Amino acid sequence: MSAIDLAIVGAGPAGLAAAATAAELGLSVTVFDENTAPGGQIYRGIEAVAGPRARDLAVLGPAYAAGKAVVERFRASKAGYSPATTVWLVQKDRRLGILRDGKASMVEARRVLIATGALERPVPIPGWTLPGVMLAGAAQSLLKASGMVPAGPVVLAGNGPLLWQLAAQFVAAGVNIAALLETGSAYKAALPHLPAVVLAGGYLAKGLGLIASVRKAGVPIRRSVEGLRAVGKGRLQAVEFTAGGRAERIPAELLCLHQGVVANAQLGMAIPLKHEWVEAQRCWRPVLDAWGNSDVEGIAVAGDGAGIGGADAAVHAGRIAGFEAARALGRIDAAARDARAAGDVAAWRRHLRARPFLDALYPPARALRVPADDVMVCRCEEVTAGQVREAVRQGGTGPNQVKSFTRTGMGPCQGRMCGLTISEIIADALGKPVAAVGTYRIRPPIKPLTVGELAALE
Amino acid sequence: MSDAEYIVVGGGLVGSAIGYGLLRRGRRVVVLDEGDVALRASRGNFGLVWVQGKGLGMPAYADWARLSADVWPEFYTELTQRTGIDVNYRKPGGFQLCMGEADLAERVKSIDQLRAQQGAKGYDCEVVDRRRLDNIVPGLGPDIVAGMYCPHDGHVSPLRLLKALHKALGNAYRPNGAATAIRAVAGGYSVDAGGITHAAPRVVLAAGLGNLPMCAMLGFKLPVRPQRGQILVTERLPAFLDYPLSGVRQTEEGSVMMGSSREEVGYDNGTTPETMRSIAANGIRVFPKLQHARVVRAWGALRILAPDEFPIYQTVPGHDGVMVATCHSGVSLAGAHALRFAGHLADWRLPEHFSAFHSRRFDVPKTA
Amino acid sequence: MFRRLHEPANAVTIQIDGSPVRAAPGDSVAAALLATGNPVCRQSPASGADRAPFCMIGACFECLMEIDGVPNRQACLVPVREGMQVRRQARPTPVGAVASPADKVAS
Repeated sequence: MSAIDLAIVGAGPAGLAAAATAAELGLSVTVFDENTAPGGQIYRGIEAVAGPRARDLAVLGPAYAAGKAVVERFRASKAGYSPATTVWLVQKDRRLGILRDGKASMVEARRVLIATGALERPVPIPGWTLPGVMLAGAAQSLLKASGMVPAGPVVLAGNGPLLWQLAAQFVAAGVNIAALLETGSAYKAALPHLPAVVLAGGYLAKGLGLIASVRKAGVPIRRSVEGLRAVGKGRLQAVEFTAGGRAERIPAELLCLHQGVVANAQLGMAIPLKHEWVEAQRCWRPVLDAWGNSDVEGIAVAGDGAGIGGADAAVHAGRIAGFEAARALGRIDAAARDARAAGDVAAWRRHLRARPFLDALYPPARALRVPADDVMVCRCEEVTAGQVREAVRQGGTGPNQVKSFTRTGMGPCQGRMCGLTISEIIADALGKPVAAVGTYRIRPPIKPLTVGELAALE
Repeated sequence: MSDAEYIVVGGGLVGSAIGYGLLRRGRRVVVLDEGDVALRASRGNFGLVWVQGKGLGMPAYADWARLSADVWPEFYTELTQRTGIDVNYRKPGGFQLCMGEADLAERVKSIDQLRAQQGAKGYDCEVVDRRRLDNIVPGLGPDIVAGMYCPHDGHVSPLRLLKALHKALGNAYRPNGAATAIRAVAGGYSVDAGGITHAAPRVVLAAGLGNLPMCAMLGFKLPVRPQRGQILVTERLPAFLDYPLSGVRQTEEGSVMMGSSREEVGYDNGTTPETMRSIAANGIRVFPKLQHARVVRAWGALRILAPDEFPIYQTVPGHDGVMVATCHSGVSLAGAHALRFAGHLADWRLPEHFSAFHSRRFDVPKTA
Repeated sequence: MFRRLHEPANAVTIQIDGSPVRAAPGDSVAAALLATGNPVCRQSPASGADRAPFCMIGACFECLMEIDGVPNRQACLVPVREGMQVRRQARPTPVGAVASPADKVAS
C-alpha cells in the first residue's frame, strides 16, 4: 500500500480548503468524512441547497450560502473524497484506521491534517435527556440537511451567536417560537473587545441584524435566565426557569439548548497530541505552531478543531495548512509558502479578532458548567454531578480516576457529552484550575466499530 | 510527620488491599498514591479472580492463589458491609477454553502436572467436553473443543474494587503525590511524596512498576519488567455469559471484555491496530455472535512481571523495615493480601513458606 | 416533532417498527424519525429511559437504532434508503448472577 501525501479528516471549511490548496500544489490528497456530502456542520447540505433545494436558502441566510464557493473549489480540485467514512484511529506514525461500507482498513499518509471542527458545548440541565430536548445545532442541522423545522412550539435557551442565528432562521421559516431564554450575556466584560470585533469586519453587524430580526418578529425574550429545567413525563412538556426573580413555566414540544461551541479535540486527544486549556473559551485545544503543526511530526490541525474561530477563519486556516503541507513534503520551499500564504494569514488573523468579543460576551453560565448535584452529567452511563463530587471526596484525583469509579465517559460517546463538565466539576470541587485537573485519556477507537469489522481489518 | 506505623507506597489494588488489611487490624497506616495519570494496572486489568493454571513450578504460588480465592468471599462480604459498595464478586467457576485438540492436550497436561505437584492437596480442575459445555456456555464457536473448568475461579469489577478499597481506607489514603524518595532515618524510614515527608518504622513497597526506582534507591535491583496487555471492551450487550472465561468476560453492566495480549514493549501502554485486530478475531472465534457487537474502547496496560511471572514478597536486603510486594495478580490476590498478607505484616514476619517468593530464587544457577 | 418546509420530491419509504414513514432522499434515518410524531429512538441501556436524537452530528450517540438488522447504528449518520427496516431499541437485558453454578456444570 503506497502512502498518500495528505490525509485530511473532516470535510468542513478547513478540510475542504486545505484539500483544494494542497491538491492545486500537486499533492495527492484524500478527505475522509463521516457525512455523505461535503460542507461539515456549518455548510451541511450546501450542495443540495445550492441545487434542488434552492428555496431553503432564503431561510438559511447569506452566511450559509458562502459555503457554496468553498465546496465548489474543492470539487474542482483533484483532491480525493471519501464520504460516509469513519476515521476511528490515527496513529502517531500517520496510519489512519478508517471504516467505509462496513469495511475497516488502514491508510498510510505522509501527512495528516485533522479538521474535525467544533462540537456544541454540553448544556447539562435537569431533564436534558428527555425526548423533545436537543441541542440548537441539531435543530439547525435538520434545517440545513432536510429542510425541517419544529412542528410545534419551541423554546430556545442558552446563549451564543448560533442561538440567535437559529432563532432568526426559525422566524424566517414561520416557526412558533414560544420563547428565547438567554442564560446571560456579559456586555460589560465584552466592551473592551468592541474595537477589535469592529475591525474584524461584519461580525457585529451580522449579530445585531439577527437579534433585531428576532425582536421584530415579536419573539418573547427573557434575559438572565436561571434555574433552567426541562420537565415532562417521558417527553418534554414544558420548560421551567426563573428570570428577574420570577418563576415561569412555558409549555413546549421542543427545547433547543445552546451555550457556544468548543473544539472537537477527540481525535487529537486519542493520538495523543499535546493539548492546552483555553480559559477564554473554556475548552481544550491542541498546542500548535503558527502553521498548525502539532507536537507530533507530520500531524497538523486546522479550523475550529484547533480552537474556535468560525467558518471564515477556518477556510483561511485550511489554506494555510495546505501550503504548509506542500512545504513539508518538499513541493514548495518556505519562502514560497510564506508568499502564497500571506493573504490567508492576514485574513485569518483579522477573523480571529472577533473572538475575544464573542467569547467575553457569551460566557457559559456557571450553573451549566458546574451543575447541581441532581443533574445528570454523563448521559450514556447516567451519572449525576453529585456522584462525581462523591468520587472526588473519596480520593478521585481527576477525570480518569473519576471515570473508573463512576463510569462517566465509558459509554459510546466516549466523553464527548460529559468531558468538559467532568473536568469543570472536579476542578471546582478541588479548588484547582481546570488546566491542572486535566481531562479524560481518550481511547481508540474514537468511533465504535464492530468486533467483526475490527477482526477483518486490512 | 505522621504517627503512622506503616507507610504503604502505592494505592493500586495491591497497596490498597494491603493497607486495608493493616487498617482492619487496627494498625495506623498511610497509603501513598499518585494522581490522576499513572500507569495503573489496577485500572487496566481484566477483573478475573483466577486460580486455574497458576503456580506450575512454584507450589507456594499455587497454594497462595487458591487461598486467595478461598478467602475472597469473606473479603467481599466484609468490604461490602464496610463501604456499601458492591464490587460484584461472583464465583461461578471459570473456564479456560481449548481451541483444538492440541490445545486441549496441552491444558490437560499442564493441569496434570499441577495436580502431581500439589500432591495430597489435590487440584480442582476438570475437562468439560463440548457437548456439556454447550449447555453451560451457549453460543461458542466451532473451534472450541472443550473447556477446563475450575470451581474456584471468579470475577469482580476491578474498578469498583479499587473504589471500595479507597473508601475503606478513608483518610489513610493519600493521593496526588507519587513517592519520589525513600531513606533510612532514626527509628525507621521516610518517604517523600507530593511535597510531604512521611515517616514510619515500616514501609511496604506496593507500587507496581513504581517499586523499581524505590528499590533502586535502597540499593536493590528488583527483577521485574513491564509487559503490555491490550484489552477491548464492547458496548453493553444483553446478558449471555454467566461465567468468566480466560479471554472473554461479560461485566455486570453488560459490556464484554476481550483480552489480552502479551507484548514486550517497555513502558509503552498504548494500543496497536494489529493487536486490536487479533483480539477481536479471537473474540469471534470464541463467540461468533460477538462480531456484531461494537467495540467502544481499547487500552493497553502494563503487567508487572518477574522472570518466572510469580510474585515477589521479601524485605529489601539490608533494610529489614522495608517490605516489597510485587505481583501482577492484584485482583486475584486482593483477598489474600487483605486478609492474610497484612497479618504477616502486622507481625512483620513472613511465614517460612514465603521464602519461595524471595527474589533469591533467581540467583540460583541452573544445573547443567 | 418536525415538519418539512416543502414536501420532498422523489420521496422514499422506510419502515420504523413496521410502520411506513415517508422521507426525502438525503435525509438521515434520525431526521426521518423526527419527522414522525414519536422522536424516541431507543431506551437507555443504563436505566431504560426513553431517549431521542440529541446532537444530530454523530457525537452524542443517543440516536442508536437497529437499521436493517444491525443494532446500535448512529441514525443521524445513516442516509435513508427505500425499504429500509428501522427499529427502536429496547434496553438490553441486565446481567444476572448464576444461581447454582456447580449444579449447572455437574449436569
